Amino acid sequence: MPSDYAYVGLFLIFGVAFVLITFFFARLLRPSRPNPIKNRSYECGETAVGSAWVQYNVSYYIYALIFVIFDVELVFLFPWAAAYRSLGLFAFVEMFIFIMILVFGLAYAWRKGALKWV
Amino acid sequence: MFDLAFYILAVLILGSALMVVTLRNIFHCALFLVLCMFSIAGIYILLEAEFIAAVQVLIYVGAVTILMIFAVMLTHQLTGKTIRQVNDQPIAALFIISSLLVLTLLALSKTTWEVASSSGVSPSATELGRALMTVYVLPFEVVSVVLLVALVGAIVISRGD
Repeated sequence: MPSDYAYVGLFLIFGVAFVLITFFFARLLRPSRPNPIKNRSYECGETAVGSAWVQYNVSYYIYALIFVIFDVELVFLFPWAAAYRSLGLFAFVEMFIFIMILVFGLAYAWRKGALKWV
Repeated sequence: MFDLAFYILAVLILGSALMVVTLRNIFHCALFLVLCMFSIAGIYILLEAEFIAAVQVLIYVGAVTILMIFAVMLTHQLTGKTIRQVNDQPIAALFIISSLLVLTLLALSKTTWEVASSSGVSPSATELGRALMTVYVLPFEVVSVVLLVALVGAIVISRGD
C-alpha cells in the first residue's frame, strides 16, 4: 500500500520544487527596483486602508463552530457510504435518524438567528 | 523507503511542534500547528489507516485549526500589531515533559509486545461503516445527539442569552 503513496510523495516533491525553482529563476532574471508605491499591498486597485490585522466580527466564530459540528457529521457519512451497498434499507434509516437529529440543531441555529449575516 | 518516509514525517512533526511553542507571532504558531497535524496524517497513512488519515485532515487540519485561527483573528489585541506568545515557565515545562518522557520510556521498555494472532478489524472505511451500522448502532446515534448538544451549546454560549 505505501507504494501507492510514493506517487503522492512524488507529486508533493515536484510541486514544492516547481514553485522553488520558478521563484529562483524569477529572482535571477527580474530587475529589482523597489519603491514605496510598488511595495504597497495590492487591494484590487483600490487604495489600501489600514492594516490587515483587524479584529473580525464575533459572529464569524459561530459559523466556524457550526462548520466544525457538520464536519464531524461528514466524517461519519464516509464509512456509511462505503458500506451502504451491503447494508441496504437499515443503514438508510440509521443515517436518516442521524442526520434528522442534527437537522434539529440546524433549525435551532436558524431560529435563533445564528445564521443571520450581520 | 518506509523508514525514510517515517523519519521525514517525524522531523516535520517535531520541527513544526517546536515552532508552535517557540514562535513569537501567535498566528504563525497556528499555521505551524496545521503543518504538524498534516504530518501526523502522513504517519497514519504509513500505518495503512487511510480513513483515519482522511479524518485527521478533515477534523484537525480543516476544522480545529480553523477554530484556533478564528479565535486569534477575533481577539482585541491583534489590532495594529501581532500578538506575542509568552512562555512564562520554560524550566517547569521542561521538567514535567522530560519526566513524562522518562516514565513513557520506562513503561515502553517494561512492556512485552505480543503479536496478535488474528489481524484485528481492518481500518478501512467500509469495515468501519459496517461496524457502525451493525454492532455500534446505538453509540452511532448517540454521537448525533452529542453533536446536537455541542451545536446548541455553542449557540447558547456564544449568543449569551
